[in-house]
Amino acid sequence: MTAKRTRVALLPTCVVDTVAPQVGIATVRVLRRLGMDVRVPEAATCCGQPAWNAGFAADAAKVARHTLRALADAPADVVCVPAGSCATMIKVFWPELFHVVGDETSRRTAEALAPKVREFSELVGDAGGHYEHTVAYHHSCHMLRELGLRESPERALASLDGCTTADWPGADRCCGFGGLFSVKQPEISVAMADDKVDGIEASGAGVLVGCDQSCLMHLEGRLRKRGSTLPVRHLAEVLDEAQS
Amino acid sequence: MSTLRERARIAVANDELQVALERATDRFATQKVAGASTVANYEELREAARWVRAGVLARLPDVLGELADKLESRGVHVHWASDGADANAYILDVAQQCGAKVVVKSKSMASEEIHLNDTLGAAGIEAVETDLGEWIIQLARETPSHIILPAIHKTRKDIAAVLNQVAGGDLSDVPAELCAFARQQLRAKFMQAEVGISGVNFGVAETGSVVIITNEGNGRLVTSVPRTHIAVMGMERVLQTWEQFELMLALLPRAATGQQITTYVNALSGPRRPGEVDGPDEMHLVILDNGRSDILGTEFQEILHCIRCGACLNVCPVYRQIGGHGYGAVYSGPVGAVLTPLLSAAEEAGELQNASTLCGACWQACPVKIPLQDLLLGLRRKKAEEATSFSGERLAWQAWGTAWSKPGAYRATTGVAGAAAKVVPESWVPVRWREGRMAPRPRGTSFRHWMGGEGSGT
Repeated sequence: MTAKRTRVALLPTCVVDTVAPQVGIATVRVLRRLGMDVRVPEAATCCGQPAWNAGFAADAAKVARHTLRALADAPADVVCVPAGSCATMIKVFWPELFHVVGDETSRRTAEALAPKVREFSELVGDAGGHYEHTVAYHHSCHMLRELGLRESPERALASLDGCTTADWPGADRCCGFGGLFSVKQPEISVAMADDKVDGIEASGAGVLVGCDQSCLMHLEGRLRKRGSTLPVRHLAEVLDEAQS
Repeated sequence: MSTLRERARIAVANDELQVALERATDRFATQKVAGASTVANYEELREAARWVRAGVLARLPDVLGELADKLESRGVHVHWASDGADANAYILDVAQQCGAKVVVKSKSMASEEIHLNDTLGAAGIEAVETDLGEWIIQLARETPSHIILPAIHKTRKDIAAVLNQVAGGDLSDVPAELCAFARQQLRAKFMQAEVGISGVNFGVAETGSVVIITNEGNGRLVTSVPRTHIAVMGMERVLQTWEQFELMLALLPRAATGQQITTYVNALSGPRRPGEVDGPDEMHLVILDNGRSDILGTEFQEILHCIRCGACLNVCPVYRQIGGHGYGAVYSGPVGAVLTPLLSAAEEAGELQNASTLCGACWQACPVKIPLQDLLLGLRRKKAEEATSFSGERLAWQAWGTAWSKPGAYRATTGVAGAAAKVVPESWVPVRWREGRMAPRPRGTSFRHWMGGEGSGT
C-alpha cells in the first residue's frame, strides 16, 4: 500500500504572478519531487498585505476574503506560500484584519485555516542536492520575527553538498523593501538596501538567497543599479537547481 | 516644516552622520544583547514588566494620587499640568519666585517635549543643561537625536569644535580633556543656580518617591545643590511598588546601554528635613499630561508602557539611516514615530507612521515588549480612515480591491508582465523605484500559464 500523497494548495503570491514566475515554477518542481500533490487554486489572488500595511483595511479584507475562500475550499492538507511575508499575513494577520473590519465569520475561517499554512522552507526539510556555492542568506523580517523561522531555510541550505553559508553582519536586518515603503520613502529604502548590499559583498558570498521574493526583487534591483552581477535566488530556485 | 523625505535625503547624504550612526547603533545594540545575557531569565522579565506596566496604567489615577499624597505629606508641591503651557507657566513661576537667574537641568525628555528652555530663556532665565550630551547639543543649538544619547550624531571632532566655542579653541579632541573642561564649566553653574530641574525615570507610589537613574553625577548635583528642585514627570512614568521598580531597574540599564546597573540610582522623597545635611529647601513635582490621558483606553495605550530606554532606536534600520533628527520631532525612532502623532498636532507629526518598514526589530528589543510595529500599523489605519473619499491613495486602493478580488481581473493585471514580455517595460515601474533600483527582470513565462501547460498534472 502506498502512502497517501500530501495535497498542497499553493498560493504563488502576486509577486510571483507579476514579476517572478521562475519562483513559482521552482516551488512546484521541488515540492513535487518530495512526492507532494501540488495544485494552485485557480481563484486565489493575493493575500491583501499591500493594502493592510498601507492602513486600508477594508480594501485589504475584500481581496483577502476572496483568497481565503479559495484556499479554504481547496481540497488540501497544507497551504504552501513561497514567501515569509505573505505566509505571515495569512497565518497571523488575517484573523486580526477580519476582526478589524468586523467580519467575524471570515475571522473564524481564517483561524481554522492558519494551522494548515506553511511557508515554503517548512515543507522541504533536509532537501538535499548539489550546489557548489557560498550563499549569503537574507532573513526576512516577518518570517524571522513573526513566524520565528530561522532554522528551516538554514537547514535546507546546509543539506546541499558543496554549499556554504556565509556569516555576515546584518543578515537579519530589514532590507528596506517594506512594501509601499520602498516607493513612499525611496531614499531610506535604498540606503537600507545599500547597508545590506555592502554586507553581502563583504561576505564573499557568490549568491544571495532568501525566502521572500519581494525583498530579493528590491535587493536585486539595487545590486544591478550598482553594477553588480551577483546572482539573486529564491530558496526554491536554489533547491530546484541543486536537484536538477 | 520639512517632510520626512526631505530630511531623509539630507541624512543619507551626510557621510559623517552615517559613520556616527552606524558606529553608535551597532555598539549599543551589541551591548544590549550582552547586557540581556547577564540575567538567565531576561525574556521572563520582559513579559513580567509588560504586565506590571499594564497593571499600573489600568489604575493610573489611583497610583498617581497615592504618589502625590505621600509626597505632599512631606511638603512637596505637586502640580498637575494639563499641557506644556501649563507646566511651563508653573515652572517659570516657581523659578521667578526664587529670583532665579540661572537654572541647572539634568536630562529630561519631558522638558524637551514642552520646550521648557525656550520659556525660561524668554523670561531672561539661563537654563543650563548639565548632562554632557545635552550640554553639547545645547551649545550647538540643536535638539537631542536620541532619547538617552542626545549627541549620538556627533563625532569626537564635532564635539571638540562645539566646546571650543566656549573654550576659545584651546581644546583638543581627547575625550578626557573635553570632559574635564565640561566639568569645570558646569561646576560653576551648579554653584550659581537657584533652581535645579530634573526629569523622573520612575515615580514609586507606595513610599511617595521619584527615582532618577543616571550615569553622570549631574543628577545628584541638580537635585541637591540648588535650594529648589523641580522634577518633571510624564504622568505615565509611575509604578506602585519598589518590587516593581526592582524589575524595571533590572531591565532599563540593560536595554539602554547593556549595563547591569547605572552609576547612580537616586530616590528622592521630599525636601531636606530638619537636621539633614543635604537636599533642597523646596521640592516640586510637575506631573505632565500633555495628551497622555487621551491615549489611555485607546488601541494605542501600550505606548504609555515605554520606559524611555532607547533600545528600539538602536536596532531600528530606519533610525540607523536617518538618525533622530530625521524624524523632525522630540521623540525619535520607532517610539517617537508612534508617540509624536499621538501627542502632537497632525502637521507636526507629518507622516511619521510611514517611517518604518514594520520589520519588528523594535518590538524584539523593547524591554517591556511594546508591539511598536502593530501600533504604527494602527496609526496608518487611523490616517487612512481620516483620508477624504477623494484622496488619490484611497481611490487607488478601492480600484485595486475591486480588481484583485476577481480572478479574471487579477490575471489581466498580473499576467501581462510575465506572459507578454520577459522584461517589465521601464515605463511601467514607478519612478520612485527606478531612481535607486533597476526594474525586476522575470525569468521565464507566466507562472499560471506554465501551470496550465508544462506544469500541469499534480
